Amino acid sequence: MKACVVLFPGSNRDRDMIAALTSVAGEPPHLAWHKDTALPDCDLIVLPGGFSHGDYLRSGAIAARAPVMNAVAEAAQRGVRVLGVCNGFQILTEAGLLPGALMRNAGLKFVCCEVLLSVANADNPFTAKYAQDEIIHCPVAHHDGNYFADTKTLKRLEDNGLVAFRYAQDTNPNGSVNDIAGIFNDEGNVLGMMPHPENLIEPAHDGTDGRRLFEAALNVVEMAA
Amino acid sequence: MAAKSFSARVTVTLKRGVLDPQGKATQSALGSLGFEGVGSVRQGKIFDVELTASSKKGAKEALESMCEKLLANTVIEDYDVVVE
Repeated sequence: MKACVVLFPGSNRDRDMIAALTSVAGEPPHLAWHKDTALPDCDLIVLPGGFSHGDYLRSGAIAARAPVMNAVAEAAQRGVRVLGVCNGFQILTEAGLLPGALMRNAGLKFVCCEVLLSVANADNPFTAKYAQDEIIHCPVAHHDGNYFADTKTLKRLEDNGLVAFRYAQDTNPNGSVNDIAGIFNDEGNVLGMMPHPENLIEPAHDGTDGRRLFEAALNVVEMAA
Repeated sequence: MAAKSFSARVTVTLKRGVLDPQGKATQSALGSLGFEGVGSVRQGKIFDVELTASSKKGAKEALESMCEKLLANTVIEDYDVVVE
């Protein structure tokens, strides 16, 4: 399966994402620019982290209105998998492809640390290679990661298994409601998450917990050793 | 009808019930400075917009549409439009 990374002015985790996808898929992903009106044929679209448009107005707000986002929305509707990490998650909520919003961290500080995540729903194409409720390591680095949704939306997320990852064992770094670190859309083909799985891919990263997310998303079958 | 120029002020604030950590920190700092009796501080944004429209009503409608589509995130924010 082929991936495509979408670049915005101010994306800065795109290289890490490209390296992760290349390592897992064995070939580099396509690249798309925010002004593109069409995307290359692909099975996974990735919006990487960063500070698109300097986080002006609201994090992800300007990028969410970029021409390429119409193509992303259209692909998502066709069932193409879409992953937004960090700023990519903010862009997906601002674009209305995922519910809720990411607000300033409750502690007001930029947080850059490792957290523990529990896999809240392993019955999904993105999380299928994890065990249900498995605890994994993942780094975070953000200022606006405080997930908020109204009570009705939260109930819908919880009742329908749309919470993908939760901060576990008191590592919630930003005040997110219900310790939510990542969510799926109703159809399950769009995932947004604040932590950075692309930074735990190789043993040299001091852990490979992120790798299985990309293997699952790209339907990569690991060869038996 | 000829287009006329309007000046407008759009105020965007967090909805009631949405926690505002920045407002809370500011409130606490006001307390540290000795200002007493500050019960609540909520932080928001102001946009001063110059625009042309056929009428004041048309200008207000255009600005409301701008708020819905970009200036406010209606998941967490309310907006108010005043056209001069």
